[in-house]
Amino acid sequence: MAAVLELLLREEVAVGAVLRWLRQGPGHRPAEENHIHDKLVSLSLLQKDFVPFLLNFLREQTSQILTNGPSTPAKTPNSKAHGSQRTGSERRAGHATSSRVQLFSQRTSVTSCTTDTSFSPAAASSGSSSFSGSNLSSPCSDFPSMASSSSPSFGYSPVLNHSERRSSQKASLGSFLTATPEALPVRRGRRKGGSAVSASGRQVPRDMGRSLAEEEDGKNDSPSWSGGRRKRSEVPLVSARSPPSQLNLNNLEEFPPMGAASGWTNKSKPSRRINPTPVSAERPLSKPKTCFTSTPVSQSPTARFSSGSSLEAFSTVQEGNLTSAISSSLQEEREMLKKERCKLLHQASSPAGISLDPGTPTKPSYTRSASLPAESHLVTCADPAKISCKKQLECLAQLYSSCIAENLVPNIFLELFFVLQLLTSKGTSTAEEEEESDLEVNEGSKNASGRQHFRSVHNCVYFAVQVLDYQYEIISHLEKGTLKFLAENERIASFSPTLHERLKQAYESSTAKVSLLLPCSVQSVSFQPETDNRSNFPSDRAFHIFKKQRDIFYELLREWEDNHEKTGWDFERVLGNKIRAMMAHLSATCNHSHFARLFQKQLIQMCKGPVGGGASWGDTPDQDVLNMLGPDNLSRLKRLQERFVVPQSIRGPCPPPSFPGCQQFFRDFILSAGSYQFNQHLVDSLCLKILELDGLTLVEHEHSDGEADMDEQDEKKRFTVVLLSLRLLAKFLGFLVFLPYRTVEQPTRDLQDSAVALRNQTLPVLDVLKLLRRSIRDHRSILTVPWIVEFLSLADHIAPFLDYYRKVFCLLLQVYRLMVLSEDKEMSFLNKLLILAVLGWLFQVPSVPEELFFATDVRQEGVMVDTVTSAQALDSVPLVDQQLLYTCCPYLGELRKLLASFVAGSGAKNGGFIRKITPTAAESLAPKASVTQRKLQVELEQAFFHNQPPSLRRTVEFVAERVGSNCVKHIKATLVAELVQRAEVMLQDKVKEEDANHDKLLEEVCAHLYEEGAQALIKGREFCKKKGPEAVRVLLPEETSAAVLSSAEDIAVELATEKACGWLSANIAALIKREVKATFNRMLKVPGLPLPSEEALELRRDCPPGCQHRAPFPSQIINEIKDVLCVAVGPRDEDEVIDHDWLESLLGRLSQTLRCRKFMCPTSEQQLAKCTVELASLLVSDRVPLSAGIKPPEKSSERLRVKNNPTYGLLKLLLSVWKEDFGMPVPVQLMFSRKNIGYLSEVKQREWDLFLFMLHGLVEHDLMRTSEIESCLRSLGELPWPSDFLKELEMLSRVFTSEHHREEPRTNPRELTRQSLGTVTAQS
Amino acid sequence: MKLSKAQYDEIAQFLGHVQPTRQSLRKLKEKFPSQSQSTLLSIFSQEYQKQIKRTHAKHHTAEAVETYYQRYLNGVMKNAAAPVLLELANEVDFAPSLMARIVLERFLQEREQAIPSKTLINSMLRDPSQIPDGVLANQVYQCTVNDCCYGPLVDCIKHAIGHEHEVLLREMLLEKNLSFIAEDQLRAKGYDKTPDFILEVPVAVEGHIIHWIESKASFGDESSHQAYLQDQFWSYWNRVQESAFPGQISCIKGDTVYGTGVTRVFLCGYQKVIHSL
Repeated sequence: MAAVLELLLREEVAVGAVLRWLRQGPGHRPAEENHIHDKLVSLSLLQKDFVPFLLNFLREQTSQILTNGPSTPAKTPNSKAHGSQRTGSERRAGHATSSRVQLFSQRTSVTSCTTDTSFSPAAASSGSSSFSGSNLSSPCSDFPSMASSSSPSFGYSPVLNHSERRSSQKASLGSFLTATPEALPVRRGRRKGGSAVSASGRQVPRDMGRSLAEEEDGKNDSPSWSGGRRKRSEVPLVSARSPPSQLNLNNLEEFPPMGAASGWTNKSKPSRRINPTPVSAERPLSKPKTCFTSTPVSQSPTARFSSGSSLEAFSTVQEGNLTSAISSSLQEEREMLKKERCKLLHQASSPAGISLDPGTPTKPSYTRSASLPAESHLVTCADPAKISCKKQLECLAQLYSSCIAENLVPNIFLELFFVLQLLTSKGTSTAEEEEESDLEVNEGSKNASGRQHFRSVHNCVYFAVQVLDYQYEIISHLEKGTLKFLAENERIASFSPTLHERLKQAYESSTAKVSLLLPCSVQSVSFQPETDNRSNFPSDRAFHIFKKQRDIFYELLREWEDNHEKTGWDFERVLGNKIRAMMAHLSATCNHSHFARLFQKQLIQMCKGPVGGGASWGDTPDQDVLNMLGPDNLSRLKRLQERFVVPQSIRGPCPPPSFPGCQQFFRDFILSAGSYQFNQHLVDSLCLKILELDGLTLVEHEHSDGEADMDEQDEKKRFTVVLLSLRLLAKFLGFLVFLPYRTVEQPTRDLQDSAVALRNQTLPVLDVLKLLRRSIRDHRSILTVPWIVEFLSLADHIAPFLDYYRKVFCLLLQVYRLMVLSEDKEMSFLNKLLILAVLGWLFQVPSVPEELFFATDVRQEGVMVDTVTSAQALDSVPLVDQQLLYTCCPYLGELRKLLASFVAGSGAKNGGFIRKITPTAAESLAPKASVTQRKLQVELEQAFFHNQPPSLRRTVEFVAERVGSNCVKHIKATLVAELVQRAEVMLQDKVKEEDANHDKLLEEVCAHLYEEGAQALIKGREFCKKKGPEAVRVLLPEETSAAVLSSAEDIAVELATEKACGWLSANIAALIKREVKATFNRMLKVPGLPLPSEEALELRRDCPPGCQHRAPFPSQIINEIKDVLCVAVGPRDEDEVIDHDWLESLLGRLSQTLRCRKFMCPTSEQQLAKCTVELASLLVSDRVPLSAGIKPPEKSSERLRVKNNPTYGLLKLLLSVWKEDFGMPVPVQLMFSRKNIGYLSEVKQREWDLFLFMLHGLVEHDLMRTSEIESCLRSLGELPWPSDFLKELEMLSRVFTSEHHREEPRTNPRELTRQSLGTVTAQS
Repeated sequence: MKLSKAQYDEIAQFLGHVQPTRQSLRKLKEKFPSQSQSTLLSIFSQEYQKQIKRTHAKHHTAEAVETYYQRYLNGVMKNAAAPVLLELANEVDFAPSLMARIVLERFLQEREQAIPSKTLINSMLRDPSQIPDGVLANQVYQCTVNDCCYGPLVDCIKHAIGHEHEVLLREMLLEKNLSFIAEDQLRAKGYDKTPDFILEVPVAVEGHIIHWIESKASFGDESSHQAYLQDQFWSYWNRVQESAFPGQISCIKGDTVYGTGVTRVFLCGYQKVIHSL
C-alpha cells in the first residue's frame, strides 16, 4: 500500500497509472488494453486494499489539523470499531496499526468476530483488509485491544507481511477477548452516565493519545507508538466521542462541568444574536386529539435507536425526558434549552452515533461553532502562498477525487464531509509554528508517504479546494444553502477563483431550496371505516372486540401523544400493561390480522410525512403554531428554527438508523406488546403493502396531450409519497424481522458461526433479493433500493453474514459501483445521487460489516442490466429533487452545517457572512386570523369527509383534480394561445427590422406578455368555479342532501382552484415563454419569411361556384401530358402519332382540373405549368407528331395553311389556360430557354410563324411584356447557334420589335403574322 | 377493388426485367387490361425500384461512371439527336433518370473541376434548360420524361396522388361523420411523427379497432409495408396505437391483395396492418 503511494508521491508513477492499476483490481473489469505500470505490476495483489489505505492515509495525515473539527465519521475499513465515531487521530492510530503493526491488524480482526468464512485469502492476508474486519467490531472489540496495549511488543511487522499465523490465532483470541466481562460495565457506564461520565471517561485516552501523538509523530517505526495508539483508539466507545488528540486536559473550557459548558456555549455565540424565546411556552399539556404534537427538539436524537438494543435506546428516551422540565418562566425555558442542547450534543456523539459535536466545548481555540471574538485571532488564515508540497497534494487530490468519482469509496458524502472539514480546518498560530518545525523534520525523512503533507492549514485547504473542484458536479447538485456557503467561502475564493466563480453561478442558478424541517401534513387520527365491516369478522363477538381494540389503540396513541414528552413518563410503565391486555384480547378472538392492518395504516398515516433521521416534524416546537403561519412563513420559521437548533449539532453524515417522531410510538408499541402473533401478522401486512407499493406503475409511459407538465409534477409527488411510505414500511419490517436476533454486542465468533449455520436454513420473510434484482432489471432501482436500504439498516449483526443477505449486499455493492455519477439518459443525476447517498449510509451502519465494501468480490452476483431502457423505466425519469434527496438523507445537511459553523467561527474575523436575524413581531406575519381560519377550514373539511361515505371524498378529489387539470388546458388553449399569436405578430414585425439578437427580442416580447399572463389566474378561478359544481352535481347521487352537495361543490372548487392556480402561478411565465419560443423557432425555420410579393402571386383560389369536384385528378393530367411529351421527345415508333382531337380534349380537361382547386396542390400545379410550357415549345417547333383529322393541303396558299394548321388551335388553348386557369405564374420564359429554342434550330424547315404567333399570343394574354420578350430574344442571340439559325433569329427579333412598336393597337394578329413572315422570308 | 395475391404475383413476374419505359407500361396494360393504369404503374414502379435497389451500387462504381460517360460522349459525337443516354440506360438495365444523373454529375465535375452539389444536380434534372450543354440538356430531358419509375416528373405524380388521396380520405371521413385530427393539426400540437389522420373516436372495421389512418400513394405490397412499418408505423403506434393503413391503391393481407382505392377503402376494408404483418 504504502509502496504504491510512495511511488506516486515520489512522482515515479503518474496518477493515471495508479488509477489504471486500481481499476484492474478485483471487482472491476479487467484491464483490456490498459497497460499497467511496471512498478505496480508486482503490487497487483494489493489493489483492493489501496483505497482503504488511501483514505486512511488522508485521515491520518490530516488528523493534526482537524483536531478542532468534528471527526469525519468514517467506517472505512481502516477505522476501528464504530469507525463512524472515530476521530481523525484515532483513525490515524488505527491506520498505523493496520499498516505497520501486523499484530494488531490480526487481533482486531479476531476480536471483531466478523471474519467470515468466505473471506477471500487475498483480503485476509493483506494488512488493511484484516484491518477492515475490525471495523465491524462493536464495543466488545474495544476491550480486547485495550488489553493488547499492554503487550506492545506483541507484533508489528511490516505492512506487506502476509501472515499466515492469524488464522490460528483468530478464534481463540476472539472468544477470549469478547468474553472479557469488563466490556459490559464500561459500555453501560457510557450509556447511562451523562455527559460528565463520558467527559471524564475520555480524558484518559485523550491524554494518552495526545502524548503519544506528540512523541511519535514522524517516527513511524516505534512499536510503542502503535500500541499507544491502539490503546487509545480502542478504549470503549467513549473515545469515539472524544475530540481528536490535541486536547488540553487542563483547560477548563474543554472539560467543563455540565452547567459551565452550557453557559459557555451560550456565551460563545454572539454572532447568532438570537435570544431564544419560548416559542411554545403557552403550549398546553393536553392537546386536542387531532394534533399529534411534536417532541421537543432535542427529543429525537435521544430517541435515536441505537444499534445495540432497542430497549436500551428506549431507556435513553426516558433519560432524555428527565431533563425536559416544564418551564414557566423564560429564564427556566432558556435554562432548559441549554440543557437540552447539551444533552443533545452528548447524545449525538453517542456510540451509535457520530462525530464529535461542535458544541461540545473542547479546546476553545478549536471549537468550531464557537466564534468567540477572543479566539478568532487563533484561526489561521489560509494562505495560498504558503502551500508546501503542492505537487504531491495535487497528485493526492486527483487520486482521491478519482476514487470518489468511481465510487471506490464506501460513502461519497462522507468523503465530501471530510473534504469540507479540511476546507474549514482551523490551525492556530502556534500549531503553525509546530508544523513548520515538523515539516523540517519530515523533510529529512526519505519516506514520501510518511511525510506530513497536511500539517498546515494552507495545504489542507489547498487539497480540499482541489478535490472540490474535481467534485464540482456533485456539489452543484446540493441544496442551495450549502451552495451559498460554498460560494461565499473565502478560502475557496482565494485558493481557486475559478471554482469560486462556478460555485457562485451554481448558487445563483440553483432552485433547490430545501428545508430539513419539512412542513408535513400532520393528519388527525383517522378511523378507517372500511376495516369495520362486519363481514370481515367471523363472529359478532370478534367484531365487537375489535371495535374495542381500536378504541383502545387510539386511546393509547392519544395518551402517548399528550404525555410522552413529560418528565418521567415511561412508555412501558404507563402503557405496557394496557397494550399487553389488549394483545391478550386479540389473541382470544384471533383478530390479529385486523389489528395489524389498522396498525400499519395508522403508521403510514402518521409517519408518511418526510420523517428523517431526527429532523422530522416531531422535532418542531409546536406544529399548531407552525400550521397557523401558513406555508410561506412556516418554511421561514422552520429555517429560523433550524438555525436555532440544527447547526449546533453536527452529527456527521452517517447517523445510525433511528425512529424519529411518531415512529417512536409504533416501535415502542411493538416492543411492549411483545406478541409473536401480532408481530407475525404485522410482518405479513407490511410485506404485502411493500410489494404492492413497490410494484406500482408510477410513471405513465408517455403524455399524449398538453398537460405533461402537470402530470410530471403529480408523478413526482406520487413518487415521493410512495418512496417515503416504502421506506417507512421497510424500516419497520426490518425492525420486526431482525428483532429476535438483535444483540447488544457483537456475538462471538463461535456464536456467530453457529447462528449463521442455523439461520442459513431459514427462508427470508420478504425476498428482497428477488425484488432488488427485478428492480435493477426493470430500471426501477430508484424506488426499490432506498427502501431495501432502510430494511437492511436494521439488520442484526449476524444477518449480513447469512448467505442470502450476503448476496443482497453484494448486489447493492455492485449497484453502488456501477452508479458512476454523470448525467446520462439511463438515469438522472439526482436519482443516482439518492441511491449513492442511501447506499453509502448503509455501508456505514454499525451492523454492516466493512469488509463487505472492500473485500467482497463484486463479480459474484452478476448485475443484469438491460441496455434497452423502456419508456417506463423509472430510473430514467428525473423524479428526485433536492427536497426528496434531503428528506431521505437528512444527514446530507451535515455538509451545510459544517460550513455554517465555519462561517460562524470565522465570521468575527472576516466580518462577513453572518446575517443578523432581526426578530420580527408576530403581528407582522400574515394576517393571523385568516390563517387560523384557514387551518380551521381544513379541519372542518376533514371532518366533513369523515362523516360521509368515502366515495364522496373520492368524487370531490377526482372532480377537483380533473377540473383543475382542464382549467390549465383551457387556459393554454385560450389565453396562452392568444398571447402566443400576438407574440408572433410582434416578433414578425421586429424580426424584419433587425435580425440581430433573437434571444433578446424573445425576452422583450415575453416580458411584455407576462403581465397579461396574470389574467390566467382570474380566468382559471372563473373556470373552476363554473365547472366544478356542475361535475360534482352530476357525479354525486341524486339523493345527496342539498347542504352536503353544496359543501362538496365548494370544496371541489376550492381544491381545483388551488391546484390550477398553483400550477398556473408557478408556471405561466415559463409556459408562455416556451410556447412563444417554439413559435418563434418555427417562424425562423420556415425558409424565408413570406414576402409580400410572393403572397400576392400565390393566391389560393377557390373552386368556381357550383363545382362538383369531378374534374380529373392533377396526377392523371400530369401523367397524360407526360405521355405526350414522351412521344414528342422520342424515341418513338415510326407510325406513332398523337391524335389531335385527343390532345385538344386533354387540354380541355387540364383546364377543368385547374379550375377545381380541391385536389390541387402547389407541386402539381407547378409541374402542370412546366409541362405545358414544354408542350408548347414542342408544338411550336413542330415536334409533336399530330394526326390531324384533316391533313392540311400541301399546296394551298400559305395563308390557308396557317388557318388550317391545327397547332394554332392547340397553342391558343394553351395560352388561354395559362392566363385563365392557372393560379400561379406560368414559367413561359422557359420557351426561350436554350434547350427549347434548340428544338427549333434542329428542324429542317423552320416554321417561324408558329413561334411568332406564340410571341404575340404571350403579349396579348399579358403573360409576358414586349420588352421581356425582346430581352429574351436578345440574350438568345448571344448563344453559339449555327450561323444560319442565328440570322433567322435576329431577323425574327427585328420583325417582332418593329411590329410591336408600329402596331399599337394591333389589328388582326394573324394578318400581322402573315405580313411579317412574308418580310422574314423575303429578307432571308 | 381487390387483387388476388396470385394476380399480383403474375404481374410482378411479368415485370421481371422490363425497362421502365412507356412501351413496357403499354405492354403491361395490354396484358392486364382489367387493372387500372395507376395500379399497374404502381406495382411496376415498386417492382422496378426493388430491382434498382439491388443493382444500384454497381452502376456507381468509378469505372462504370467513366464507361457510361465515355459511351455517352462517343454516342453524341456520332449523332447528337439520337437517344444516346436513354438507350445506354436500357442497355445496362438502369433507370434512365438515374443514368442521366450519373452522366450529368460526371459532366459537371469535369466542367467545374469540382464535385457539384446535390441541389444543383436536382435542380438541373428538374429543369434541364439550366444544363449548360444543349445536347446534354436534351438527352437528360429525354431520359426523365421517358422514365416511368424515377425522375422528377414521376416524383411529382406520386406526390400529387398522395395529396389527392389524402383529400379524398378526408372527404370520406367527413362524409362518414368521423371526427379526426389531421396531420397539420397534429403537427401544431407538437407531434413529431404523424399519420395522416388520427380518429378522435376509434372505429372498428372487420373486427379491428382503428385508431389512425395513413394513406400511402403507392401500392401496398409486402416489402413496402415492411419499410413503412419500419420508419413510420411503429412510431405512430407508439403514440396512438393501432392503425388503418389503406395502401392508396391496395394492400396485401395473407394471400389476398386488396386493391382498394382509398375511395372505397373506408367502406370495404381497412387493414389492421400492424397485425397483418
